[in-house]
Amino acid sequence: MENEVKLTKLANCAGCGAKVGAGVLAQLLGDLKVLRDPNLLVGFDKSDDASVYKVTDDLALVQTVDFFPPIADDPYTFGAIAATNALSDVYAMGGEPKLALNIMAVPAGLPKEAVHEILRGGYEKAYEAGVIITGGHSILDEEPKYGLAVTGFVHPDRVLTNSGAKPGDVLLLTKPLGIGILTTAAKVEMASAEAMALATQLMTTLNRAGRDAMVKYRVHACTDVTGFALLGHACEMAQGSDTEIHLHVDDIDLIGEALELARMGLLPEGMYRNRSFAEPHVDPGTVELAKQDMLYDPQTAGGLLIAVDPADADALFAELQETVPSAQRIGTVEAYRGGKRIFLH
Amino acid sequence: MIDARGMSCPIPVVMVQKEVKKNAPAELQVQVDSMVCVENITRYARLQGYEVSVAEGGGDYTLTLKK
Repeated sequence: MENEVKLTKLANCAGCGAKVGAGVLAQLLGDLKVLRDPNLLVGFDKSDDASVYKVTDDLALVQTVDFFPPIADDPYTFGAIAATNALSDVYAMGGEPKLALNIMAVPAGLPKEAVHEILRGGYEKAYEAGVIITGGHSILDEEPKYGLAVTGFVHPDRVLTNSGAKPGDVLLLTKPLGIGILTTAAKVEMASAEAMALATQLMTTLNRAGRDAMVKYRVHACTDVTGFALLGHACEMAQGSDTEIHLHVDDIDLIGEALELARMGLLPEGMYRNRSFAEPHVDPGTVELAKQDMLYDPQTAGGLLIAVDPADADALFAELQETVPSAQRIGTVEAYRGGKRIFLH
Repeated sequence: MIDARGMSCPIPVVMVQKEVKKNAPAELQVQVDSMVCVENITRYARLQGYEVSVAEGGGDYTLTLKK
C-alpha cells in the first residue's frame, strides 16, 4: 500500500532512544512512598524489566509497559516494532505474555489509514505471540506514540531477574548490536536499504524463541537489551548480582555498517546518555572507541542477555543456534573484586 | 565556517563530512549548539586526522578542526 506518511519525521527521538536515563529515573522515584507486600517478587527497586507479583504458589503475574515515538517510517512496521519491544520485557523475566492493552498517541492530522496500520502491526505481533489485545487508550498528541501494556504469567519459582547472575556464568546475547546507530543514520539517509532491512527484521523478531529455549536450562539471570544498551543493562546485572562481567568484544556481533557509521560520528544522543550512566563502572581496556560506542548504543526490541550456569552453557547455546541463529556467546560473570563492574577485552 | 546551530544531530556531522570530502580543508570551524554534535563531529574529525579544539560561549560551541 502506498503511504505518504514518513512517521520518523514526526518524532523527536527514535524508539528506545527516547527513554529517560537510568540515573534520572532513580532520582525521580527514589523518595516516593510505595506499599510493601511480600508477594511483590520484583518491583521497581530492582531496576528490572517487568514487575512480578505472586498470586498463588504456582502462578505469578508479570506486568510491563513500553511505548515510544516512531522508529520506522512505515506505520505497520512501527506498530510491529513497538509491540515486539513491549512483549520482550515479559520474555526477559522468563514469562509468557498473555494479555495486552494498546497505548497510543496520534496527531490530529495523521491519516486514519496510517493509524490503522500502526495498530495492525501491533495486533499481528501480539497474535504471533499468542497475546490477546483487550483494549487500550489513545490520546491526541503532536508526536505519534505507540506501545503496549503487557500482562503475562510465570511460575513464581522460575522468575528470571537481572540480579541473579553467579560467578562462572556464561553470558549469551541473542541479537546483534547497532540498531540505534542505524535508525539515527536513516534519518539523514546515510544507512543502506540492506542494513535497514536487517534492523527492521531484528526489531520485529520476538524474543519468544530465546525465552522458550532458556527456560529449559539453569539460567540465573536475564534481561533484554533495550534503551540502556548492552553496557547499561549489563551494568545493572552486575550491580544487582554483586558480580563483575567480562565481555569479549570480538565475540559480540556488531552490525558492520553500524560500526562504520559509528566511526563517522553518526551516534544517537541516547548513546551518550548511556555512556555517562555506565562508563564510571566500565574498564574499556584497549577496545576501539567506535566499538565501545556500539556497546552503549540504545537498542529497540534488542535481544536477551542471558547468564547461564557454565554446566548448561554449551547445551543452551547449541539449542539457541537452532532457533535463534543470531545468538552469540559474549562473555562471563566473575566474582566481584571491588572497583569496576564491567571489563572489556 | 559551518553554522549548524539549531540543527539536531546527525545533520551537523553530515554537513562537516560533506565539506571534508568535497574540499579537504586544512582548517575548518563549525558552530553547533549541543554536546552531542560536538562529540559526534570530534569523533569523525579525529579519525580523518584533524586535531579538534572546542570553545564554548553563550550555549553555543565552536569547533576548530586543524590538520
